[in-house]
Amino acid sequence: MRSFDYRRAADRTEALSIAGEGRARYLGGGTNLVDLMRQNIEAPAALVDVSRLPDSIEETPTGGLIIGAAVSNSVVAVHPAVRTQYPMLSRALLAGASAQIRNMATIGGNILQRTRCAYFYDVAGSRCNKREPGAGCDAIDGHNRYHAIFGASERCIATHPSDMCVALAALDATVHLLGPGGEREVRLLDFHRLPGEHPEIETVLRPGELITAIELDPSAAAANSRYRKVRDRSSYAFALVSVAAGLEVVGGRIEDVRIALGGVAAKPWRAVRAEGLLRGQAPTRARFLEAADAELAAAKSFHGNAFKVELAKRTVAAVLGELTGADA
Amino acid sequence: MSKLQNAIVGGVRTAMGYVPGNWLPGGTPDPLIERRVTLGTQQSRVDGPDKVRGAAHFAAEVPMEGLLYAACVHSTIPRGRITELDVAAAETAPGVALVMTHRNAPKMAVPPPIGLTNLKAAGNNILPVMQDAEIRWNGQTVAVVLAETQEQADLAASLIKVGYEAAVARTRFEKAKADARTPDSLMIEKNRLKKGDVAVALQAAARSVDAIYRTPWHNHTPIEPNAATIAWKGDRLTVHDATQMLNGTAGSLAKVFGIKESQVYVSSPFVGGGFGGKALWDHQILGAAAAKLAGRPVRIALSRASMVRLIGGRSPTEQRVALAAAADGRLKGLLHHGFSVKPPHSACDEAFTLTSRSLYASESFDVVQHTIDLDVLANTFMRAPGEAPGTFALESAMDELAHELGMDPIELRRRNVPDRNPVSGAPHSQSDVMLAYDLGAKRFGWDRRAAAPRSRREGEWLIGMGCATGSFPYARMPGMTVRITLDGSGHATVSSAAHEMGMGTATVQRQHTADRLGLPLESVTVTIGDTSLPFGSFAGGSSQTASLGAAINAASGKLAVELLRLAGNDTPLAGLRPAEIEFVNGGLRKIGEPSRYESFVSILKRAARDQISVTGVSSAPLEMLKFSMHSRSAIFCELLVSDVTGEVRVDRLVGCFDCGRILNPKTAASQFRGGMIMGIGMALTEEALFDERTGRVMSASIADYHVPAHLDVPDIDILWTDIPDPRTPMGARGIGEIGITGVAAAIANAAFNATGKRVRELPLTPDKFLFA
Ligand SMILES: Cc1cc2nc3c(=O)[nH]c(=O)nc-3n(C[C@H](O)[C@H](O)[C@H](O)COP(=O)(O)OP(=O)(O)OC[C@H]3O[C@@H](n4cnc5c(N)ncnc54)[C@H](O)[C@@H]3O)c2cc1C
Ligand code: SF4
Repeated sequence: MRSFDYRRAADRTEALSIAGEGRARYLGGGTNLVDLMRQNIEAPAALVDVSRLPDSIEETPTGGLIIGAAVSNSVVAVHPAVRTQYPMLSRALLAGASAQIRNMATIGGNILQRTRCAYFYDVAGSRCNKREPGAGCDAIDGHNRYHAIFGASERCIATHPSDMCVALAALDATVHLLGPGGEREVRLLDFHRLPGEHPEIETVLRPGELITAIELDPSAAAANSRYRKVRDRSSYAFALVSVAAGLEVVGGRIEDVRIALGGVAAKPWRAVRAEGLLRGQAPTRARFLEAADAELAAAKSFHGNAFKVELAKRTVAAVLGELTGADA
Repeated sequence: MSKLQNAIVGGVRTAMGYVPGNWLPGGTPDPLIERRVTLGTQQSRVDGPDKVRGAAHFAAEVPMEGLLYAACVHSTIPRGRITELDVAAAETAPGVALVMTHRNAPKMAVPPPIGLTNLKAAGNNILPVMQDAEIRWNGQTVAVVLAETQEQADLAASLIKVGYEAAVARTRFEKAKADARTPDSLMIEKNRLKKGDVAVALQAAARSVDAIYRTPWHNHTPIEPNAATIAWKGDRLTVHDATQMLNGTAGSLAKVFGIKESQVYVSSPFVGGGFGGKALWDHQILGAAAAKLAGRPVRIALSRASMVRLIGGRSPTEQRVALAAAADGRLKGLLHHGFSVKPPHSACDEAFTLTSRSLYASESFDVVQHTIDLDVLANTFMRAPGEAPGTFALESAMDELAHELGMDPIELRRRNVPDRNPVSGAPHSQSDVMLAYDLGAKRFGWDRRAAAPRSRREGEWLIGMGCATGSFPYARMPGMTVRITLDGSGHATVSSAAHEMGMGTATVQRQHTADRLGLPLESVTVTIGDTSLPFGSFAGGSSQTASLGAAINAASGKLAVELLRLAGNDTPLAGLRPAEIEFVNGGLRKIGEPSRYESFVSILKRAARDQISVTGVSSAPLEMLKFSMHSRSAIFCELLVSDVTGEVRVDRLVGCFDCGRILNPKTAASQFRGGMIMGIGMALTEEALFDERTGRVMSASIADYHVPAHLDVPDIDILWTDIPDPRTPMGARGIGEIGITGVAAAIANAAFNATGKRVRELPLTPDKFLFA
């Protein structure tokens, strides 16, 4: 790790102005960034600690929630409104990392956490386009069990590892940003980028921009929602595949449905196609499988992760089944 | 002849000073089997309070003045030569005291290999250490940086630029099979076993199974990473190490640096888990070399990433097991073949076929294993080397056979358990695996198992039960030495260069000594953990308890002689011979005549002695040659497999162990339970991600290398038969390794019972159950 300056910001304005001074990075709980610095993958000259900004969870006038970026993953997970109105978010958070890490981790940091691709982490010994544009990608023909089946490019096949973001994608959350040019809002679905030619550019965040909050809109589907994470051990492992889904059934027909997949792409993958096939239909197991099939038809797997296609199909159908009481 | 046989026979011919007669072949059982006071009772670990308080200093915590911290730079190719080595930036980086490479490293000899013949050798990776520009495996250390802080050393290490000229490397298991070698011997057995004609038996069999089983590379992941704090004073070397081979490490370092063994002092009072991974690897040698060059003490504490580059793991295996059975289940033929990786610079066999040579009576046997040579870091021992992967294959196959026969798996085993060693004909010293099965089955509720797969389900979760046998051979090492010092107050101190890796060595030998000498626990202190103490053999092969036990018994015999001599004629003991007396109530007494007694305190006082000291040595383990000596276990598992995702969740494990007498239920249960948890890891999650293109281990952190998390570990019920082994000290056999054996098979068998899908390749990750 290279030595660096450390400053703690008292408020957002101060955070922005310190960050504007030079090669500074915001620091949340540090559970990802500090690891990356220790591995010499990141080497910021300065850290601006935004983990203690006075953030909280508030209700919005429309009955939604606005969650400050510095709130810890643990606090969000157990918040009564989150548990009752957005259960998939609570469950996704609790499915992530360990209790200790969730206590440290912030919402802002969780959104911006980077891939766990082992070749990305192996600075000394492996080629990685994300770390070093143009170097090559050792994962494509290597160990790629945890890698993408959607939206990968010839440059990079890594996945985004966040559980929380999968729920946020299904909930169609809004990310609030504050930058040198002022405030703006971006849909979470548009926040992360697919690798394309530039896997090193992972989000639409602009230099110096700070995530200030995420905003959730209430909905019946959000309140009737679940998160399921399939992994290699019962806890403390990243998702092979995860599914966040919410469902509203009115008069025997699906009124609203939200499905997002984790562990399958460089961003949380909203299953738009499956949702489209389900809306207006009767909630049956056969329909769920059909919709999942259609979504996964576009998947492209690699030698180590071909199983994910089948796994994702089954998990989508099972979670939707649980939400309607239809047997998996 | 194999190495151990050489060792034993050699040992017998030469210098065994004092051979205690009792439990050896032809002798009588150790009287302590009947005369237990504290042995067999629950005792907390004597090292517990210090560990909980943080007062126990581990190797990377030993304070030292003027310490420098080491960081390693590892090669990134498996084979070739260093052509460029730019250390300028590192040398001028803040805090850096030294950069050591093959250009300036001192001349050092290749370390002597761990062997059963030479207990003063502990080398694992028998290659030159930083002596030339050759690269021999991916991860070899090409530079060591010393700096004032660990952070400075790490940063400077990252600034070193290395260029290579790559050579063709052998890194692919499948490809290298074509050139596999067939060693003559495996541990203490001849490798090739042929008895009768298995091929004919397979053809004629009423039922048979024949399948390939695979286990992956495993890496050592003890809670304490390998580390050493090292200092030179002139030609004298001090190493605070994390080791399970104190004297082996001292002897090896002496050879490497061309000094006398007496000039090397190794201390390791506490080890945070050994499991086979804590012997001599390159880091202690490099740390000592760098300390010498820098003229300052050095701490080399390996990161998890450095551990996968420098500390070898368990070799992958590919095993074929074929079983031929008569309609009544009796085995007509047993074939166990296979491959594991063992490059020529490795000292350690992965003897996965050993169990198949003793566990079942078969009319014919065809057993042999082959080793594959790759350009990799040497593989090494890991908890139950051989037996852990071997029982997975053999016990999965037995389950497959039971299914083919439509027979209860326990019944199949009952019909095939031999009453003596099925190959050598040697009698068992003690063996009752079927009692373990009966007790375990009762506790587990085996009678509730549905024989047909996929019979039980709760929602999406398929429920299954399975069982398997675990096994580990008994071993006692010759040469283990203890000193017993008895002081004027009647307090005994036992000392030996033995090892405490968390298993309760001092705790149990304190109980043993108290019972042996007729003392209360408070009157015994056990001092272990450094090479200033009498010679200790390694803590490996589950041998330490028996070896120390034998040495303490031998010393107690000498103590009796010495005390009788001191007592002279003016004592109720006058005229008695050692065979006529026993230790009791802090003194000696004539057997059968309680009035003829004198206390230690009185004897020493009259002789005007502050203390007396005797030493005892573990004799040649003749019992191992004469008897078939194995611990066995019956492992039961109930689990759930998601019919949707293929995730396996172990719900319950029961292990019933037939390991001779249990000396301390608390420490024993911890050993068994810990082993079984490791078995869960082996079954479900553990796999080192070895990149066959480059020979590089990609799971270089414990986020990537999955050991079981709390949620993976269910209730584990432990019980034991507690039948004394009349051929061992205290009637006990080692218990450190057997816990892991059989567990992977029991879990895989239960998963088959749940799903109807037989997975023959570990670990049992969800994807393996997805496709029917
Ligand atoms: C062993 C381990 C296991 C894990 N397992 C899981 C898992 O199963 N599932 C899962 O989802 N996650 C998992 N994680 C990841 C964990 O969720 C993230 O590390 C955590 O959420 C990051 O939050 P943080 O506040 O610590 O971020 P930091 O490490 O502080 O920062 C991460 C990034 O976000 C930036 N940043 C932080 N706050 C802001 C802000 N307000 N505005 C702009 N930029 C900001 C930082 O500059 C940095 O680039 C695991 C982590 C570890 C170490
Ligand atoms: S998949 Fe992406 S992150 Fe992984 S090695 Fe390839 S380029 Fe790097």
